[in-house]
Amino acid sequence: MDDSGKAYWSATLGLLTKILIIWFLVSFGAGILFAPMLNNIMLGGYPLGFWFAQQGSIYIFIALIFWYKAAMDKIDRQFDVHEE
Amino acid sequence: MDLQTTTYLVVGASFALYIGIAIWARAGSTSEFYVAGGGVHPVMNGMATAADWMSAASFISMAGLISNMGYGGGLFLMGWTGGYVLLAMLLAPYLRKFGKFTVPQFIGDRFYSKSASTVAVLCLLTASLTYIIGQMTGVGVAFSRFLGVSSDTGIYIGQAIVFMYAVFGGMKGITYTQVAQYIVLISAYIIPAIFISLQLTGNPIPQLGLGSNIVGQDISLLAKLDQVVTDLGFGKYTTSTAGSTLNMFVYTMSLMIGTAGLPHVIMRFFTVPKVSDARSSAGWALIFIALLYTTAPAVAAMAKTNLIRTITPGVVMNNADPFAPESQIKADERPDWMKRWEKTGLLKFEDKNGDGRIQYYNDKTKNPEVLKKAEAAGWKGNELTVNADIIVLANPEIALLPNWVIALVAAGGLAAALSTAAGLLMAISSAVSHDLVKGVFAPDISEKNELLAGKIAMAVAIVISGWLGLNPPGFAAGTVALAFGIAASSLFPAIMMGIFSKKMNKEGAIAGMLAGLFVTLFYVFAHKGIFFIKGTDFLPMIGGANSFFGITPEAFGAIGACVNFAVAFVVDKMTKEPPEHIQAMVENVRIPRGSKAVDGAH
Repeated sequence: MDDSGKAYWSATLGLLTKILIIWFLVSFGAGILFAPMLNNIMLGGYPLGFWFAQQGSIYIFIALIFWYKAAMDKIDRQFDVHEE
Repeated sequence: MDLQTTTYLVVGASFALYIGIAIWARAGSTSEFYVAGGGVHPVMNGMATAADWMSAASFISMAGLISNMGYGGGLFLMGWTGGYVLLAMLLAPYLRKFGKFTVPQFIGDRFYSKSASTVAVLCLLTASLTYIIGQMTGVGVAFSRFLGVSSDTGIYIGQAIVFMYAVFGGMKGITYTQVAQYIVLISAYIIPAIFISLQLTGNPIPQLGLGSNIVGQDISLLAKLDQVVTDLGFGKYTTSTAGSTLNMFVYTMSLMIGTAGLPHVIMRFFTVPKVSDARSSAGWALIFIALLYTTAPAVAAMAKTNLIRTITPGVVMNNADPFAPESQIKADERPDWMKRWEKTGLLKFEDKNGDGRIQYYNDKTKNPEVLKKAEAAGWKGNELTVNADIIVLANPEIALLPNWVIALVAAGGLAAALSTAAGLLMAISSAVSHDLVKGVFAPDISEKNELLAGKIAMAVAIVISGWLGLNPPGFAAGTVALAFGIAASSLFPAIMMGIFSKKMNKEGAIAGMLAGLFVTLFYVFAHKGIFFIKGTDFLPMIGGANSFFGITPEAFGAIGACVNFAVAFVVDKMTKEPPEHIQAMVENVRIPRGSKAVDGAH
């Protein structure tokens, strides 16, 4: 792999790592591990931990995928490997 | 018009629509048959993926399970949606760039080995077939309740309909039919939820209604529900977990990676025109899925509230004491919907203390106060059992909604089960005709005969799954869990390593897949019997139920995946590197440029 190819791949992996960290934090973190703590905070009528487990994590997942798509298209162009 | 006639009309009209679409979109070539010619718009593809993905389990069972489990039910919500993030980032774009028809084909080419691809076919067939049996059973139940036929007849009707459009339409027909099915099933899910949310909270959006105050009171719906269910001895709704926190963690993880590894879902991303479309397609799919998945918790909590309101009127709205002598309804004044469901055996009432009233509470509670109150009131145990599977189907009846809503829910349940069954059959058909027949046994088969082989495979799969649906070896939820376990522990790690590790060789991948599959099957069969046959379980051998850190067999797929990764890396280190051209191929798969239309050439 040439240098530009290596840089492209490490930029991709960097983005994936960032997204996976958030993915983990909102579901396994806020929805499961820290849910009992977060339940002391209310979001409208929802205890916050419960909200993350049954509502919030899903909304954030959607945002993550579209962020990934936008960021990835940008990286593709930057390294000139995008589709014509 | 009575309920029966309305149901016939609504269900009949929806079926006419699906069949019409299937005829309109007949497949002409192998490419159209397998991947719809690779020309499906990402939004359309997202909708079809959503219909494909949301099965009878999502539509019929999930809200009922959440209703019973409370907070812990969130594992289904997170697990079955979080997998799409993994799919969009780790698998879909790279598999689309690779540009072949099927998952085993990718594994076979990437690991330069026919054996690897055959092992992948084995995993795929096990996962898809077990999954489809549950769908067929679901079709049978839905038909029998709503069309007044026996469950067996329901399955025959279902078989015939799936066969028609799957065989004639191929992927192109299935894709467009699934778009229609998505629209039917999502309206069927959301319309009753809006009505019920309005009734209980005055807010028409169920997602907001669940976080709102109860009509005319200064307390939120969830707080009220917490209070009412704890009074009756159930676990607090917003905090009760599914087993231990560790089990909930592992269970969620299994469902997530199982989702990303299920072949009929992955296949969907071969049907979009470009690599960047594969990325957004997963996002669109998740939006359409989230519409149902964020409504489900509202349906669950509101159904529980309405059930308690039905049995003990006044408790939710007027703060009546559930243990007061007059607060439970008299058995002979119970609503008609209860009588209707009693006939199916899924709802049971038994007057244990002979007072002519229905008592609904948790008689196994450890809360001494509840037990004392129940005893003082002369209660002799819980008298009402409600099967979780009827919550969604009975929900509009519980809330006393009009007949056309009830009929729509029937059509929605059938759409969910049929669309998933069709997608799974497609995955089975392509694995057999393309990967086994063309890939291994008869490489020079003509395009026409390959299509024929695919259709025969589909017909055989329909017959087998229908037969197993008629004679279920005593399982329903267990099969679905196994399908996820198999996908999570065998296919997902192999595909991921194929993309993200250039040095992973065929020995490592094959050993990993087999080890993950074996460990998972071993743990599941120990609990549920070998191939679910009753009496063949071997729990003592592994030291009792849930002996592995209290993890339930349904949650074990994530452990199987870890075993897969570990075995693959150890074997990989001990054997020789993959050849140069394979490493170059992996580098090529990683960049979007040069992607071309999907073709199946080996």
